[in-house]
Amino acid sequence: MTPKLNRWKRFADWDERPLRLDKFAAEDPTNGFSAFSSPADPKPGIGIKGGRVVSLDGVLEHDYDMIDRFIARHHIDPEVASEAMALDSATVARWLVDMNVPRETLVRLAHGMTPAKLAEVVSQLNALEIAFAYSKMRARKTPGNQAHVTNAKDDPLQLAADAATAVALGFDEIETTMRVSRNAWSNAVACAVGGAVGRWGTLFQCSSEEAEELRIAMAGFTSYAETVSVYGTEKSFTDGDDTPWSKAFLAAAYASRGVKMRCTSGAGSELLMGFHEAKSLLYLEARCLCLQRGMGVQGTQNGGIDGAPLTATIPGGVRELMAENLIAVWLDLECASGNDARSTESEIRVGAKILPYLIAGSDLICSGMGSILKYDNSFNPSLINGEELEDYLVLQRDFEADGGLTPLPESRAIELRERAVAAIAAVFEELGLSTPTEDMKTSVVYASGSDDTCSLMPRDVSFISEAIKERGITVIDAIKALANRGFREEAENLLNVVKLRLSGDYLQTSAMIRNGRIVSAVNDPNDYLGPGSGYRVSEERRLQLNDIRDVLDQKEVLRSEALHEKDEARHIRYRNLGPAANGSATDDLVIGISPAFGLKLYRTTAGHRLSEVLGAMLDAIRARGLKARVVRFRHTADTSFLGLSAARLAGSGIGIGIQAKGTAVIHQRDRQPHNNLELFSNAPITRLEHYRALGANAAAYALGEMPEPIVVPQRGEAMGSRHHARVALIYAIETGLTEAGAAPEEVDVVLTGAK
Amino acid sequence: MTLTRADYPLAETQPGAVTGKHGKALPEITLDAVLAGEVTMEDLRITPQALQAQADVARDVGRPTLALNFERGAELVEVPQDFIMQVYELLRPGRAKSKEELLEAAATMRETYQAERIARFIEEAAETYAARGLFTFRF
Repeated sequence: MTPKLNRWKRFADWDERPLRLDKFAAEDPTNGFSAFSSPADPKPGIGIKGGRVVSLDGVLEHDYDMIDRFIARHHIDPEVASEAMALDSATVARWLVDMNVPRETLVRLAHGMTPAKLAEVVSQLNALEIAFAYSKMRARKTPGNQAHVTNAKDDPLQLAADAATAVALGFDEIETTMRVSRNAWSNAVACAVGGAVGRWGTLFQCSSEEAEELRIAMAGFTSYAETVSVYGTEKSFTDGDDTPWSKAFLAAAYASRGVKMRCTSGAGSELLMGFHEAKSLLYLEARCLCLQRGMGVQGTQNGGIDGAPLTATIPGGVRELMAENLIAVWLDLECASGNDARSTESEIRVGAKILPYLIAGSDLICSGMGSILKYDNSFNPSLINGEELEDYLVLQRDFEADGGLTPLPESRAIELRERAVAAIAAVFEELGLSTPTEDMKTSVVYASGSDDTCSLMPRDVSFISEAIKERGITVIDAIKALANRGFREEAENLLNVVKLRLSGDYLQTSAMIRNGRIVSAVNDPNDYLGPGSGYRVSEERRLQLNDIRDVLDQKEVLRSEALHEKDEARHIRYRNLGPAANGSATDDLVIGISPAFGLKLYRTTAGHRLSEVLGAMLDAIRARGLKARVVRFRHTADTSFLGLSAARLAGSGIGIGIQAKGTAVIHQRDRQPHNNLELFSNAPITRLEHYRALGANAAAYALGEMPEPIVVPQRGEAMGSRHHARVALIYAIETGLTEAGAAPEEVDVVLTGAK
Repeated sequence: MTLTRADYPLAETQPGAVTGKHGKALPEITLDAVLAGEVTMEDLRITPQALQAQADVARDVGRPTLALNFERGAELVEVPQDFIMQVYELLRPGRAKSKEELLEAAATMRETYQAERIARFIEEAAETYAARGLFTFRF
């Protein structure tokens, strides 16, 4: 007896899915768990007196905390504020998605808006509207992307190889960090050198302690910084050991050294730090962003960042992440839009999270994407990692959306990795830092991740790193070392990146380097005003995006069929006996084969030889004492009609129709074409035993029996995605051979029995 | 002369006018010059003039706060790294024990390095920290 269970088994199935590893939190504004609004959020408001902001979102000047004070003094433009704050929020929300309202108009208004006002406006947009507004409002027209390049051993050889690989994939920026903080200098040199292989122009940062990071930049190895964090409450800020003034001072210090920088902020950080003041995530982030504009930084890294996983546990959290990115670009900040910390174990949630950014575009869609494997990511796994990077390449192709990456052929990847490893080894040798063995180098070139390498270990790296720091080695030394050892192109590339800091052109908002030229919001401003404007994928770029590996075309199908032609010739011979006659004997069955069957096509999609398939059916029919004729039809290639035509010729009234790709049917004379006896539509999983059983059942019907229909078991494989491209190409070969009114031909089939 | 967006990017529109701290212009900074030992890190340092030019461009494209940051940066170009890090440290919470310490740093910026904007910025911080009780001792 079937036991009675205490739960529906579907829930047990669901329990096993990766999704259930994600935890979800209840909405609870008092404890800081609210995405868009909390009773503690202030109402938007501003007071201006004599050109001075005397109240901000309901707080009077003498009650300002540090953040209010900084925003009031450095962000709010008093000349715009009264006009901007008086506007109805719903109207402004409509303008954000109105393609006829230019970006500049909205950016000017944002200069006069308080955090509560900005949050109130974007809260009115649904997810689709936010994505659209983001696409319209982002500062630079051309989208870009950023990669993480790290590994679990801080191995510089692997860093160099992986940096070169990321550069070749098209990342505009690469970011590294360390497992062991004293290894920062080694990481910096390794990525700088690796990033100079293949082309120049990829910007590079080494995320480390604030003072150390600036020193590494001064030595010329890095070109930007983005981990200058800001927070939306005063307590979080001071707990983070900074103030708006200390961070703004740091921003000016970076500018004074010609180094590009952006701030980092994002929903959930205040909540994680325990000082959320019961405010909503969006309101707190709006404060961070006004602060950043006030500081005069060119850009921000926001969209949750380290707080993204927590934010994604809250209702509406993912929509909130999009909304805060929108505020960033509305404030005219460059936006490295998060999509980094992996916020879910569900691949569906990953795909859903990235899609709006991919189709809307962003200055840096991910900040960054894991170009390395998950376990090698010293920041923590990213939303998309080395494991899934190809999925992203395919999404670009699917949506004809430029996600900043270009497919990389395998041979090119190997070539670049060899070059990068050789280059960093040469630099280390030349500078007397280390002498990597051939074995180490080879292990790294072919390694997918650090599990596969036998290379430098964190302790070895520490000696290298400390030596670089203590000896005051600079990028000039690395450039000389490269050139002296024959890596002249890489030396030039590295020098070009350092030279960027002289003009400071790349300090402007949303600056990146493409084809050796600066592309920023100044010379490539987003000019979206509806279809036909803004960023469009050019035909040249479209072809690049399309060029993923292992793409099938008719030539490829014919080539692989040609390989089977000779083999089949050893197993079977087809001899045309002329027009097929109507059978009259009741033991007469007909197998109707398609036009290209055995003539142009030789294997089913499951890979069975057509000779074996035909042999299995014929044997099974004969085993029941019946006779089977093989008839080739050329007036149709359709399975149903092949089967029905065969049945009409058969004396028994039972026919089998089969296409070269293996799709088969048992039919009976006098039935409607698509109302067959049995259909075998999943050729890719139809095995020889099924064809044998098909023959047996056909014979049984001819004998007037009612057999159990054959079920070809399937487990929900996405048969279409796996096979339809090939099937359609094959089927076109069949239909290409059809001829209207062509008479059926009787075929003598000789199976040679060859092994 | 105030620059506009038409002058951007400077490295392309006027490479000869873009120089490092020692006056070496962009086209002179070649790999061969590096290999001949004629280029030092100082030649790869941005100048206050370049930062001012970028400030002009930023203002012209409607980014006044970015322009101000470039101008603050211009003032810090000549300030030694150690002093920059010292002032940064002082601006962090609880490092300065009194308003006076910050005001002193501001005075040095103003008098020694003619960094007027930076000095005012530090003074504003001092005033804010006093109002918000940030000069308290931190363990």
